[in-house]
Amino acid sequence: MLSLYDGSLDVPTILKEWYEEEARSNYGAYIPFVGTVRSEDGIDGLSFDVYEPILESWFSSWQKKAEKKGAKIKMAHSKGDVLLHESSYIAAVFSPKRRVALEFIDEFVEAFKSSAPIWKYDLKDGKRIYAKDRSTAIAGSGLLA
Amino acid sequence: MIRVDFLGPIQKEALELDITNLNELAIILQSDTEVSNWLESCAVALNDTLVTSLEVPLKDGDKISLLPPVCGG
Repeated sequence: MLSLYDGSLDVPTILKEWYEEEARSNYGAYIPFVGTVRSEDGIDGLSFDVYEPILESWFSSWQKKAEKKGAKIKMAHSKGDVLLHESSYIAAVFSPKRRVALEFIDEFVEAFKSSAPIWKYDLKDGKRIYAKDRSTAIAGSGLLA
Repeated sequence: MIRVDFLGPIQKEALELDITNLNELAIILQSDTEVSNWLESCAVALNDTLVTSLEVPLKDGDKISLLPPVCGG
């Protein structure tokens, strides 16, 4: 399940909803990762652009990988502005046993950072500045150069 | 016509081009000063599927997207 929200995420509500959705699914492990905006370099927050058509197919391919391991992933992400100490990202893995979920959440979050079609901007002094130095070119980039 | 969208931080309006393959698009964009500096770091999608080769035929109504470096989370 992939959910996008305008602005920051209501973390307790989302985690509770996901917990309740799978409470009777016989998963032994539920491992969430919550990404929260930290105060650094004088920023007021972060802002995000999301390209939904490719994000949906990207997520679907990861859901299939999870299913092969008997697991399920859920993900929520913000669009637009998210201020300091608010959260912009939650990913969670459900699996019958803990080891699969622990390993898969690591693999999924790292892949998400480097290949999901989302662009991050710093909010600073009233400006929205592309976080170029923290961004990663998608594998296969440079085709038209 | 082929529509070309520039996603995320690339500040450029979409183009409508009469082209038949990605090689033609590469030549056009390489001479476009608004976007040429982005090309090295951009991935390319055809109708919302990433492509890895220029040898892809294009047909009327296709949509191409340029995806600059990403950072979610």
